[in-house]
Amino acid sequence: MNEKFLPLLATIAVFVAIFVIGGLLYNNFMSTQVLGDILADNAFIITAAFGTTFVILSGGIDLSIGSMIGFVGVVIANLDLAGWHPLLAAALMLGFGFLFGALQGLIIDICDIQPFIVTLAGLFLLRGACFMINLDSVPIQNGFVGWFSGLGIPLPGGGVLRSSAIVMLLALAGGIVIAHFTRFGANVYAIGGDRTSATLMGVPVRRTTVGIYALGGFYSALGGVIYAFYTSSGYPLAGSGAELTAIASVVLGGTMLTGGVGMVAGTLFGGMILGLIATIIIFNGTLNGAWIMIVSGVLLFVFIVLQRSLVGSLRMRGAA
Amino acid sequence: MAQDAPQGRRFESPRASFDASGPKKPGDGDEVGGTCLEQTIVTARIEMLGVSKAFPGVRALDGVDFRVEAGEVHALMGENGAGKSTLIKIMTGAVQGDAGEIRLDGQTVRIGSTGDAQALGIGTVYQEVNLVPTMSVTKNMTLLRQPKRFGLIDWREARRRARQRLERLNIASQIDVERPLGSYSVAVQQLVAIARALEDDTRVLVLDEPTASLDANETALLFGIVRDLKARGIAIVFITHFIDQVYAIADRISVLRNGRRVGSAPTSELPPLQLIPMMLGRELETTERRAASESSAIHGEPILVAEGVGRRRVMAPFDLTLRPGEVVGLSGLLGSGRTEVAKLVFGAIKRDSGKLTIAGAEVKSASPARSLHLGVAYCPEDRKAEGLFAELSVRENIILGLQTKRGWLRRLSFDAQQALAEAMIEALGIATPDADKPVGQLSGGNQQKVVLARALTSDPRILILDEPTRGIDVGAHAEIVALIRKLCAEGLALLVASSELDELVAVSDRIAVLRDRRKVGEIEERAIDRQTIIDTIAGART
Repeated sequence: MNEKFLPLLATIAVFVAIFVIGGLLYNNFMSTQVLGDILADNAFIITAAFGTTFVILSGGIDLSIGSMIGFVGVVIANLDLAGWHPLLAAALMLGFGFLFGALQGLIIDICDIQPFIVTLAGLFLLRGACFMINLDSVPIQNGFVGWFSGLGIPLPGGGVLRSSAIVMLLALAGGIVIAHFTRFGANVYAIGGDRTSATLMGVPVRRTTVGIYALGGFYSALGGVIYAFYTSSGYPLAGSGAELTAIASVVLGGTMLTGGVGMVAGTLFGGMILGLIATIIIFNGTLNGAWIMIVSGVLLFVFIVLQRSLVGSLRMRGAA
Repeated sequence: MAQDAPQGRRFESPRASFDASGPKKPGDGDEVGGTCLEQTIVTARIEMLGVSKAFPGVRALDGVDFRVEAGEVHALMGENGAGKSTLIKIMTGAVQGDAGEIRLDGQTVRIGSTGDAQALGIGTVYQEVNLVPTMSVTKNMTLLRQPKRFGLIDWREARRRARQRLERLNIASQIDVERPLGSYSVAVQQLVAIARALEDDTRVLVLDEPTASLDANETALLFGIVRDLKARGIAIVFITHFIDQVYAIADRISVLRNGRRVGSAPTSELPPLQLIPMMLGRELETTERRAASESSAIHGEPILVAEGVGRRRVMAPFDLTLRPGEVVGLSGLLGSGRTEVAKLVFGAIKRDSGKLTIAGAEVKSASPARSLHLGVAYCPEDRKAEGLFAELSVRENIILGLQTKRGWLRRLSFDAQQALAEAMIEALGIATPDADKPVGQLSGGNQQKVVLARALTSDPRILILDEPTRGIDVGAHAEIVALIRKLCAEGLALLVASSELDELVAVSDRIAVLRDRRKVGEIEERAIDRQTIIDTIAGART
């Protein structure tokens, strides 16, 4: 058994454990119906988190995700008003997300500024742009959106794998291929593991950095498209704080914030864990919603401590 | 010293005869083996002619000629700032020279990037293992050249290639290529780095301090592989600070100093006694020994006693004593362990053996904070990285050490800080318009004085100075030396690590001599002079 799968297995084990706990607490909890709902409800944020996984793997951070989700929704809704087909608008926004991310990556690398600040600027910029366009929620009228969000593959046991979840799983497949089966992906791991070494080994750091943030922008725009189609609207406040949830999903998924270690597949389960916790607490009905954040916080904390010790044991052996 | 003459002549000749002899086919160097008689007529594997490089304010290389034969291990020696790393960087494409020519097997080549160098068959293994510890061995070995199948990376084939590369060094059986590189010892990581750098067509392999963090067994393993590569006709450039290793493995030695090549000779013709003066050079000014009367302040019991203090892989156990009013010098080549001794005594490096007694009390677990409380102050070698906060003012920098000693609860009032800073500026003659100027804006000499001032505000009994005059001008140099003498006349015990022999000769009452991370001798006051230190470093006297 390869030790690189350990964090992923830990994440899956936690996911299963929480699912079982939910099943013990409530009847009907352990069903494909609940699973399908969690997948569909969290698809937008998990999709965006796939992009964040690349950014964090490279040792960076992307805070512009939530604003991108909101901005994409608002623009699609307004283009819908102008008579655009939603798919065309979505394609436009995916391109925009890619370019916006690339621009952030370019600034980060050329000016050698911390990604935190650059993407924080991106966060303000895009959120501000949302409010410039609209102050209120704008419904998307085109019948395609309603038809699309109604699509789904029935699961055994009465659940449905909704279209948003399907798009998310396709995005996951793409992410896995990019991360593990392309040179770009290998370069991301190299830069995150040891930037100096990667440079000396000849990794094209600038091109890769631009690519990483472009990918991050693309995935968050895709998250925005999913959200807009799922809710059939564009709302300027949509996705507020989503960047932090995405980062939490990535970390719970076993990716190290220091970069170089982690897997895209882990992020799916990390995001699902957060979704499960929310669902369990909502199922209870009497518990305050604040408990969602408290439990998520505790879990995140435990995970980071676990990771720290895991990496500690890895580094100790090689240290001089 | 007459070191320049004979080697210089030997080296000028190949250039003159080079064109007459005509370029030979690549690959025929294998028969040469590096015998020095033939080398004036054969084509070198790699030859650098008149290479110069200037960085802003520094002339790093000045018309350096350097040639390495096929199947030769060529040691490149020199102290800090000699130009070794610049020369290597030019050879490996990391830096472009301002002037000069590089010939590989007789062909003039342009090495514009590290990629160019790799394509030409010049492999490099850097001092620190320059691989990614979090990635698997396979990923490290195949990065940027992964085999592809249907446009995607074929990991099965990648693993096979990684094993194949390791097999060239006969180490494939010891390494699981799936595991993260960081889970292996530094020695194995180093071997993986070499395996990565080696291609089928590698002609030149540069090993930049590959043994810096290896122990004796690991070094032996590495040398076995180096000999193997040598037998295959690869030209090996070997950079190290360990004199013994040079004599163990190198066929030839070239010495750089201040950006010029000062000599080059077969190892057998260049014993350490000649090599070391070549590396150290000689300052023009003659230094006077401190008058014996000045050192009469030495009295009483030792204030610091180190018995068998050391740390594995860092510094072999050593003994050292220090009395009030005494200056003990630490001498040795770059990398010999000067800084390590200073840091072990101060507690900045934790010792794993031995006993350290300061002022009669045994120090069980040494740490910088503990040492400060015991009255030990340390001025580090690298002012910018370890000694000063460039953005903070002169006053804040001076106060820092004292604040550490007092603890953060008992904060000094602003007036007290100001008074103290001004007293220090006055006492040490720090040239600054006022105490609030950021330290980063002062000259090197004045920055060093601020470091000293900070150490002195805590009123130490023992002061450790690591390279107190590095990078400062001649005038400031003299002032620092005068200051050291004055401090010790006041009864302070000083431990001074320095790469400049003349400086140590000028200030020391005793000199501990280090070589290859080991204390090899101690020179008493009467015997201190340049030659004795060189002899001791070279191992001619102990």
